[in-house]
Amino acid sequence: MPQAGSGHRLCPPPEGPPPRPRKAGFDWRAAFMPGLISSASIIVVFGTLAWLVTSADQWPRIKAQFFNIDHMIAAAPRVAQGFLTNLQVWLIALACIAVWALVLAVLRSLRGPVFAPFRLMVVLYIDFFRGVPALLLVILFGFGIPALNIPGLPNSGLFWGGVAMVLSYSAYVAEIYRSGIDAVHEGQRAAAKSLGLSEWQTLIYAILPQALRNVLPALMNIVVALQKDVALLSVIGVRDAVREAQIYTATTFNYSSLVVAALLFLLATIPMARIADWVNRRDRARRLQMAG
Amino acid sequence: MSEIAIRGLTKYFGTNLVLDRVDLDIKAHQVVCLIGASGSGKSTLLRCINRLVEPDAGTITLDGVANDAPQFGRTGLQSKVGIVFQSYNLFPHLTVLANLTLAPCKVRGMPRRDAEARAHEVLARFGMERFARTYPEQLSGGQQQRVAIARAMMTTPDVLLLDEVTAALDPELVGEVLAIIRDLKTRGLTMVIVTHEMGFAQAVADRVCFLSGGRIIEEGPPEAIFTRPLHPTTQGFLARVLEPGQS
Ligand SMILES: Nc1ncnc2c1ncn2[C@@H]1O[C@H](COP(=O)(O)OP(=O)(O)OP(=O)(O)O)[C@@H](O)[C@H]1O
Ligand SMILES: [Mg+2]
Repeated sequence: MPQAGSGHRLCPPPEGPPPRPRKAGFDWRAAFMPGLISSASIIVVFGTLAWLVTSADQWPRIKAQFFNIDHMIAAAPRVAQGFLTNLQVWLIALACIAVWALVLAVLRSLRGPVFAPFRLMVVLYIDFFRGVPALLLVILFGFGIPALNIPGLPNSGLFWGGVAMVLSYSAYVAEIYRSGIDAVHEGQRAAAKSLGLSEWQTLIYAILPQALRNVLPALMNIVVALQKDVALLSVIGVRDAVREAQIYTATTFNYSSLVVAALLFLLATIPMARIADWVNRRDRARRLQMAG
Repeated sequence: MSEIAIRGLTKYFGTNLVLDRVDLDIKAHQVVCLIGASGSGKSTLLRCINRLVEPDAGTITLDGVANDAPQFGRTGLQSKVGIVFQSYNLFPHLTVLANLTLAPCKVRGMPRRDAEARAHEVLARFGMERFARTYPEQLSGGQQQRVAIARAMMTTPDVLLLDEVTAALDPELVGEVLAIIRDLKTRGLTMVIVTHEMGFAQAVADRVCFLSGGRIIEEGPPEAIFTRPLHPTTQGFLARVLEPGQS
């Protein structure tokens, strides 16, 4: 028996059923109001912009120059043809960047004094290729190396321009990989080592899989950015979408072909951006789950 | 059958002297608990035994063979001496089964089938068999730690090193891990255990070593250490940890 006055007692259960949850059933307001508000604000903002632009003095001339439907239709086949080149270069470059950047990141993350020269070389590489604008590299490689006429080496501007893109992007991607490698907890290395895995095996089986998962969202952004930057190759005469659009412009003095190219880029990048968002969200959910 | 002999073990991190000429003998099948304040060098001592940490001076021998002797090869020491960490350190991207079979397959070249059979056997012993296909993050802390012990036991080591394996667990999960350690003791495993669970140390240890400032300043059977500590530092430490809130 609890002693009177000690404050120690059994707590009796409350009587009757618990109260009902506050909101039962579907809340129409909560479901549709946000969508309604955002649609309304989008219409207001873009409507105002459209009104401002179309009411400008020069609008009819601009419209004929940039948004001429007939010119757009006429230019579309060639620009689309060029865009196929963009897609090809994009895919091949992606594969090369993924591999080459991984080599760089791994060399840089090797431990021990034996690997110091490799680490230094990679640091210099990354400093150089991140420091020089990609456009400049494309011009130097795309015009310079074919002009050397070295026997045995490919002579096409497209090839060397692509190489320049790969070298430049790999510097960024290597840094992304490295941040992912660094973010893997030190205990993972200790565990792998204690199980007898060599440094190399530790990297392949324990560290890299986690590192790649860490940086997947950041890599998705690079994939999207590269898709657009392939257009840089147009400056060395590669007949990509932008180049084809410029050629059309040069013969017709109408800029609608450039708008067609822009639309094609948007068509390709917007779905990828949504995929990137999705990857990001999933990754965030995973981290939250892990932290909780 | 591993007898461990540690002589003059010294380790610096930078200019920080973390282990100062430590001597310690551990007989086969003995369980030795290392206790001491945070930063006293317990983990470092443990990690020197399986060479996760390279000491600056001193020797560690297993049955008379130095633990960096060429005859162990690159991975021989790791199959004789297992270690379990406070933070489990399971590989999060691998299933429980793959966590267990990774080293046997890749390091020791065991056929996958044999490794998996062995893994199921070890998991069953620790009551974790039904989780073979799950990922570590889906398990409770106690379950993860049991998997980590299972992973360390895959090569049937003679020696198991345990570094505060219950420190990250919720109180109600501590028991299941300690029960496993007791079970391993009855199977004759030699164990070196770093722990803050004084009750457990008292129950499971054959010998307790008290570390302070990188030295073992007092050692003896648990009854003696816990009831009649000799060194004032030990007395102070035990007074603090055995009667929390009194210091
Ligand atoms: N990798 C490292 N680099 C530098 N200093 C370290 C490293 N590991 C441990 N130390 C230092 O060595 C000292 C002893 O560390 P150790 O981890 O062995 O202590 P511990 O007794 O296990 O403490 P705890 O109870 O907090 O785990 C501490 O001062 C710590 O800061
Ligand atoms: Mg420690």
